[in-house]
Amino acid sequence: MTQVIRSPKTYDVCVIGSGAGGGMAAKILTEGGLTVALLEAGGPVNPAKDFQMFVWPYDVPHRGVGVGGKAAENFGEFLAPNGAWKIDGEPYTSAPGANFQWFRSRIVGGRTNHWGRIALRFAPVDFRSKTHDGIGEDWPISYDDLAPYYDKVESYIGVFGTKENLPGAPDGVFLPPPKPRCNELLVKKACDKLNIPCIPARLAILTKPLHGRPSCHYCAQCGRGCVTASNFSSSQVLIPPAMQTGRLTLITHAMAREILVGPDGKATGVAYIDKATLTKKSISARAVVVAASACESARLLLNSRSRVFPDGLANSSGQVGRNLTDSVGSHGSGYFPSMEKMPPHNHDGTGGMHMYIPWWKYGGRNDFPRGYHIELSGGREMPQAGMFDDLCEEVEGYGADLKATCRKRYGTTIDFAGRGEMVPNPDTYCEIDPDVVDQWGVPVLRFHFKWGEYELRQAKDMQETFKAIVDTAGGEYLTRTKTEGHYPFGIQPGGKIIHEVGTARMGADPKTSVLNRFCQAHDVKNLFVTDGAPLVTNPDKNPTLTIMALSWRASEYLLDEAKKGNI
Amino acid sequence: MKGISRRDVLRNLAIGAAGGSVLQMIPAQAAELAHETIQKEKASSPAGKYSPKHFPPHQYQTLVLLCGAILPKDEVSGGAIEAGAPEFIDLLTSENEEYQAVLGGGLMWLDNFCTDRYEHSFVECTPGQQKEVLEFIAYRKNAKTDPTLSQGIAFFAKLRNMTCDGFYTSKIGIEDLKYIGNMALAEFPGCPPLPSE
Repeated sequence: MTQVIRSPKTYDVCVIGSGAGGGMAAKILTEGGLTVALLEAGGPVNPAKDFQMFVWPYDVPHRGVGVGGKAAENFGEFLAPNGAWKIDGEPYTSAPGANFQWFRSRIVGGRTNHWGRIALRFAPVDFRSKTHDGIGEDWPISYDDLAPYYDKVESYIGVFGTKENLPGAPDGVFLPPPKPRCNELLVKKACDKLNIPCIPARLAILTKPLHGRPSCHYCAQCGRGCVTASNFSSSQVLIPPAMQTGRLTLITHAMAREILVGPDGKATGVAYIDKATLTKKSISARAVVVAASACESARLLLNSRSRVFPDGLANSSGQVGRNLTDSVGSHGSGYFPSMEKMPPHNHDGTGGMHMYIPWWKYGGRNDFPRGYHIELSGGREMPQAGMFDDLCEEVEGYGADLKATCRKRYGTTIDFAGRGEMVPNPDTYCEIDPDVVDQWGVPVLRFHFKWGEYELRQAKDMQETFKAIVDTAGGEYLTRTKTEGHYPFGIQPGGKIIHEVGTARMGADPKTSVLNRFCQAHDVKNLFVTDGAPLVTNPDKNPTLTIMALSWRASEYLLDEAKKGNI
Repeated sequence: MKGISRRDVLRNLAIGAAGGSVLQMIPAQAAELAHETIQKEKASSPAGKYSPKHFPPHQYQTLVLLCGAILPKDEVSGGAIEAGAPEFIDLLTSENEEYQAVLGGGLMWLDNFCTDRYEHSFVECTPGQQKEVLEFIAYRKNAKTDPTLSQGIAFFAKLRNMTCDGFYTSKIGIEDLKYIGNMALAEFPGCPPLPSE
């Protein structure tokens, strides 16, 4: 490990991370004519071999829960590889009381192999939150700056949805939506009575063939990965076209440990550990795009300390690792006796909800800022381990009665998932743990996390809404949450919703932000960050679509600058 | 290995996807073939009697009895035993120390309880005695009148969940629920008409 093995050639760009942000950068940059070295900390993915499409639970001895039942906490053994809350040899730490949870994927495509495919645009108001309510910061760009890139991303990856003309949930370039499921119709009916909008969902799943990818076959298993690439993943939709240019060099099992900087303060490349050989290697590049996932990118910048940048790279503002947020998450379930009368039918559909509830109380007298949306699931889904835990808890007993109850109640539950906006707070951030390194010798992150009063009130409001909908639909609300103590109103621990963003935010002022309006570091002109880290706010719209739009925009800017000779 | 495997089917499917060819029909056929192939592979593998990986014979016998009592065979379908729930639970327990403590300890608790009360282990108890024990440990409210039951109740709750897991992930259990799906469709049909509003 004493000698550094340097790459013989200098690439135009080194991109770190092959998920939504990195995959998009690799595609746009290579198609624009640049040579790219793409570093991925995990291995390659082979959809035909690795994706568990159509497998029944009883086809495998562990029935979907994995060895010792331990895959259950990581979304089951059928989840598209890979992802886990804990990775052997690659720890992270939490300050006392923080209990931050970090779901990471080490594989080509990253978390896009299994993500929920929910593809929502941020709204104009989301870029101007501070102007609107005086809290936090505004973005340095407006909705209009990003809208053309939302158009491009949707047109390329394929997103279904409908034009609704809701100011808080802008319409996009949509494929037709799938028909609603029974439980969704029931919720819609109740929402109509309550004046709550319930509209077709917007998911990155093809309901028509697009760019050589066939239409969805409605097996509801998107999370397992799709062998026909009928849903979006970076590994199947972004990396292949980049590869086809002949200008992409994909380097797997490459754990980036430091961005290298020249005496002039510009990035010169990336040092990484080749996990297979445990050797230290480096890539030379004229520009570096960091897209390792928001927290991993912050870690890399903070670990890139030099004489010029003693506090970490691009961190003269001290904001790297700060402004960390996750979505506010709280869940509820309702039992709907009327669904017992439904005849057995195929309820699978796409791998995700067909209807959802966008935030509707704009301008309302809420006791919290911002808002949340509600995701729907439940009904006659494929039975799986854990499906009857709640029912067993409720009815107890055993024998023929229990069996009859399970039969009667199967498919009669509707689950609600609230996903709300967290406002950044000074007690929530990540930093380098002074005492701990991972097995590659790279210092690890230590998390600090605290929900604010705003978020707790939002979770309370979610619970009240779920109950109102269930009551109105003639169901019985089953969820009971505590009203005080740790995690009241069912609010999930930080990180659990896997929407962690904000750790290298954009901004007009270099004193309070890390990146400029093109995701370019204020301090280092040839350094860009294009994952969730640049996000200034974390609205109630899952971040992946915005990450891709920002990455596309940043990559075009980088191409332009490269052409002008400015990089 | 002769014939076509699930892997082959899916690989061809993926190659087809890359080439943007004939795919509108293929996913449905692939689904069918994938399921059939797995069934054939399973049928051709030497089944034999399951030998428990974790529980010693007496405890395994107790586990089987409890699984059968939790979800018995009825006029609609086979029960947890036919569905392989004891095998599933034994396999997971052999790999999970927490389960070993909870289930192993719970089975011991049960036998201690039965010998104190009936001077027999659970499996040696009469059906009437077994039913009496189950009525004690199947309901949380019983711990209010007799706090010494609470550990037995916690054990039984865990076993009940795992028995449901084993049963409802089996072919028997999935058919019992009349789940329809895990197949390729050209269009999603949506919600059928409600029987009566």
